[in-house]
Amino acid sequence: MCNVKRVVLISSRNYYANDNVVSIGTDQDRNSETFQDNYDRMAVLVSQLKQNIHKIQEGGGAKATQRHKSRGKLLARERVEALIDPSSPFLEFSQLAGKGLYGSDEVPAGGVITGIGRIMGNECVIVANDATVKGGSYYPITVKKHLRAQEIAEQNRLPCVYLVDSGGANLPHQAEIFPDREHFGRIFYNQANMSAKGISQIAVVLGSCTAGGAYVPAMADESIIVRKQGTIFLAGPPLVKAATGEEISAEELGGADLHCSKSGVTDHYAVDDLHALHLARRAVGNLNLVKKPDISLAQPEEPLYPADDIYGIVGDNVKKNYDIREVIARIVDASRFDEFKAKYGETLVTGFARIHGYPVGIIANNGVLFAESSMKGAHFVELCCQRRIPLIFLQNITGFMVGREAEAGGIAKHGAKLVTAVACAQVPKLTVLVGGSYGAGNYGMCGRAYSPRFLYMWPNSRISVMGGEQAAGVLAQISQEQRKREGKQWTAEEEKALKDPILKKYDVEGSPYYSSARLWDDGVIDPADTRKVLALSLSAALNAPIPSTKFGIFRM
Amino acid sequence: PNATKAAPKVTPLSKILIANRGEIACRVIRSAKRLGIQTVAVYSDADRNAMHVAMADSAIRLGPAPSVESYLRQDKVLEAAFKTGAQAIHPGYGFLSENVEFAELCSKEGIIFIGPPASAIRDMGIKSTSKYIMSAAGVPVIHGYHGVDQTDEKLRHEAEKIGFPLMIKAVRGGGGKGMRIALTPSEFENQLESAKREAQKSFGDQVMLLERYVERPRHVEVQVFGDKYDNYVYLFERDCSVQRRHQKIIEEAPGPGISNETRKQLGEAAVRAARAVGYVGAGTVEFIMDPQQNFFFMEMNTRLQVEHPVSEMITNTDLVEWQLRVASGEPLPLDQSQIHLNGHAFEARIYAEEPKNNFLPGAGPLLHLTTPKPSSDVRVETGVAQGDVVSVFYDPMIAKLVVWSIDRASALRKLRSCLSEYNIVGLNSNVDFLMHLSSHPKFIEGDVHTDFITQHHGDLFPSKPVTDSLVGQAVLASILNEINVSSSQQGSTSDPYSPFASYPMSRLNHTYQKNVKITCQDNTYDVRVTSCENGLYKLKVGQSEEIDVSAKLSVSDNVTSIELSANGEISKSRVVFLNGNVHLFTKDGSVAFAMEKPSFLTSLGQGSIKQGGAVAPMPGIIEKILVKDGEEVKLGQPLLVMIAMKMEYIIRAPESGVVQKVNYKVGDSVAKNAALVRFVSTDKK
Repeated sequence: MCNVKRVVLISSRNYYANDNVVSIGTDQDRNSETFQDNYDRMAVLVSQLKQNIHKIQEGGGAKATQRHKSRGKLLARERVEALIDPSSPFLEFSQLAGKGLYGSDEVPAGGVITGIGRIMGNECVIVANDATVKGGSYYPITVKKHLRAQEIAEQNRLPCVYLVDSGGANLPHQAEIFPDREHFGRIFYNQANMSAKGISQIAVVLGSCTAGGAYVPAMADESIIVRKQGTIFLAGPPLVKAATGEEISAEELGGADLHCSKSGVTDHYAVDDLHALHLARRAVGNLNLVKKPDISLAQPEEPLYPADDIYGIVGDNVKKNYDIREVIARIVDASRFDEFKAKYGETLVTGFARIHGYPVGIIANNGVLFAESSMKGAHFVELCCQRRIPLIFLQNITGFMVGREAEAGGIAKHGAKLVTAVACAQVPKLTVLVGGSYGAGNYGMCGRAYSPRFLYMWPNSRISVMGGEQAAGVLAQISQEQRKREGKQWTAEEEKALKDPILKKYDVEGSPYYSSARLWDDGVIDPADTRKVLALSLSAALNAPIPSTKFGIFRM
Repeated sequence: PNATKAAPKVTPLSKILIANRGEIACRVIRSAKRLGIQTVAVYSDADRNAMHVAMADSAIRLGPAPSVESYLRQDKVLEAAFKTGAQAIHPGYGFLSENVEFAELCSKEGIIFIGPPASAIRDMGIKSTSKYIMSAAGVPVIHGYHGVDQTDEKLRHEAEKIGFPLMIKAVRGGGGKGMRIALTPSEFENQLESAKREAQKSFGDQVMLLERYVERPRHVEVQVFGDKYDNYVYLFERDCSVQRRHQKIIEEAPGPGISNETRKQLGEAAVRAARAVGYVGAGTVEFIMDPQQNFFFMEMNTRLQVEHPVSEMITNTDLVEWQLRVASGEPLPLDQSQIHLNGHAFEARIYAEEPKNNFLPGAGPLLHLTTPKPSSDVRVETGVAQGDVVSVFYDPMIAKLVVWSIDRASALRKLRSCLSEYNIVGLNSNVDFLMHLSSHPKFIEGDVHTDFITQHHGDLFPSKPVTDSLVGQAVLASILNEINVSSSQQGSTSDPYSPFASYPMSRLNHTYQKNVKITCQDNTYDVRVTSCENGLYKLKVGQSEEIDVSAKLSVSDNVTSIELSANGEISKSRVVFLNGNVHLFTKDGSVAFAMEKPSFLTSLGQGSIKQGGAVAPMPGIIEKILVKDGEEVKLGQPLLVMIAMKMEYIIRAPESGVVQKVNYKVGDSVAKNAALVRFVSTDKK
């Protein structure tokens, strides 16, 4: 039997007359005070985000940049530009990684640039060390970002191109880098196992590759090195001298001439950065890859409403209510949304749509999760898994309903159904935190622990086990009760003294910047870019076949 | 017309052979086909895949590429006619068209030569004889020396008698070959020598005539036609005054500013000339005309000329059809009273050449070729198509662009507009020059003469600064082209709508700035393009202020256009992308931009290492080597002689030094810029 799967093209332009009634969304009153106020507040958040990213773009600063360029080397970002197809988008991950993590030690972008771009028409994961940031050395967050990029590559079967220019592990931080399962060694473990799965590993040595770093090119399927610039050795000249007394230059010890003609550690010899990147492009071109999205495709259509309406609809206050359908209307093709169980469990909106032609099932919060909404969500996940339709989660959730009635109604087991369904679902899952992400609601809506292929945050979003006020309230209650048992007084001042630091702590730690710096997500995005980011992410995800799902026991 | 005299029998033609190549062969085949006549093409090895071979019903190989071994081989051409059963041979122009021996050979072998009787060719081919006959027939002529005594002393003596400036012309010459002008007596010897050498090369004969040189002359010629029944008509005059290298470049009919009275006199004089030699078929009587519209007989071209289409356009005739009819024995289709002058026509000759480099003939591949759309008013007469090569072996004419309109002004407008749609990439062409020429106020006025180009040289080669808008167009065109390439790569996946092709250059939370280095006319521009999505860009060219632009690349009828809109002003150009170069074609001419190539490309490839030495100015064949290896030479000393486009070039020492090695031998063909001599300079030591 022929094993080739047919791709079904649906021309979405040819609809029967009455089939367009599924369009959702309403024109916003853009002059209303609420809209304008919301708009301005979100715009401030977006502009802060862009300012932060602008600073991060500059890498290790002017001095380091100048030193780097004076050696005839391209900057990490310039290398990425030269590697990907000239007009390709670059879906960059976790730009805020490492922000504020190491005190006064700034590690812009975590010292490594990762993302997905097209190379010779193929979507690839790119990992590029930024040598202007602490010589490209690996901080703990660098390791985490590198591993996350590899995880994305592995889950979505994307070839990996490593642009290596790194001094290796950051020695003062060795304890947080070296020994554990998800530490430095995992990089090579991943290379070996991805290679075993036929996910190509290509390394371009554009600078030093010392010690552990030497294994990046050595374990690659194909490797390229730049003459008089790239070096690979297990121990550099100083260590060699200390160990054996042998005096040798870095170039002699592990330069391109040695590795291309003698050791065979590298396969391709490049005269400069651009040449090396050109050879890497050729190498990707020779992978003989064919992307075969195993789903129905339609011609993309723009939504009916402008994307930046989202600013005016959502604003920056996660406590304010709005209809999530208005957001969906600004993300999906032609604002067309086939809602499922619209009248049942209304606090969870579920339905089918297309994003840039790809079919998706959307699960979006429109209030707290009740038993009905949980069961509806589980049902919808089952539908999507059976039909192999990728899932999009739009998270804005304070949690599952609490209280006597809810508990008696079995909210725990109904919530568990949703969590089970989401946990087991094998279709690509993409999560966007569009508002609050609190407690078990985060689980039911495919938080980081539920392995969505990609997870993004809006700049207005918040994430914590519960809201700061609730947490402070709970802790105050406990203290108060303890005092009561001890027969002591509990003053309002005491309560404030207890609550204030907790509120502050939750405020800081619930911020998307705090989250993204620690790689709890794949990046903070401009809400107006949501459609684009989801489209690119879906496209990347569809490089891997969609497996069938086997669900765990649903407690009835 | 009179068909009673002598009554030669009518032989309806059913198959003809065209002993030519290029556009004229195609032109003849087209008319023959329309008349239901089968066609036989002949070709040299260089033309195996040429258009005329493809168009003909059958084709016969003549021999190797050089024309002396192919198109000039009379025996081979006749053999081809016998082999294919062709009744007649159309010689086109050039090659065998005015060859007496060939015309005689044809008639001896019973094959119709589509042209005049051999005797008429002979009479008109020898300039001194023709003048004598003309003078006798009452056609005005200019005096000169046409004598048989060709000794240098005699010629010198006669020259001094006629006076300077003086024209020295090969008796059997034509098309400017074997012709020189001596402005002063001191130049006479050198110019005579040079004319003789060229004549020997081109015609195997170095008999010279001397004539007074008329200043500010116009070249006006009359198309005549005769049949075998002593009927003659004229189809009015053409003005071919504007010439470079003594060769025509732009022709028009009727001649501008010529009164009806003069027109009639010209026509009648031309008919007298034709009748005097018993002319049959298509011929052209050339006159030199002074500013007072006095005209003198120059010569008669006994063939269908390159510029015949302008006469066809204003008389609504097909002269090739007439040739075929007359050759088969039919009388002329029209008499003089039935021929009316209607409107105005121009012909621009599009050549592979470098106008800026003294119109040096060129050759090379037509990597890209777009022509204006032919219509009843616009003719593109060509023998080449995109992908063909303009060969070093033959005339470097690419095409003739012929336009017609009701009057001169509108015809000229049409010509300019059509020229801007004639887009050539791969070799240097004169299209831009023709655009400047046809827009020159004096040309528009009709104030033409043979020194037009020399006189208006500065205006005709304007130094146009490249505007930021053009630079921006080139850069954005290349970026948009990359985007299109990216979209077309969708084909290699089963994901036709991938967003990776739909959000070009998109970046997260920041905008992508692309820095481009682009070179044009030895200037390199640093251009920064910031992609703002939805076809909007910020553009900064060099030190200019950054501007917001939108750009669109569109393709229709295989023509790609770039549209750049900035500050409410929309500019458009046609654009061709080739090998990292961007060629813009605007309404004012073309500009070529080169995108910066990564240095690894040149450091890896052999590259073109410029060595000290003499290089070939153009593709050609080594004719003569004047120095030996190891010889010491002085600056300017001739090293070797090259023949290119049937013209000779002396390659001189670029500086004083020692010849290490001559890299070629006589007969070798060399490419443009080939290092001919390895040379060690002795200067600056």
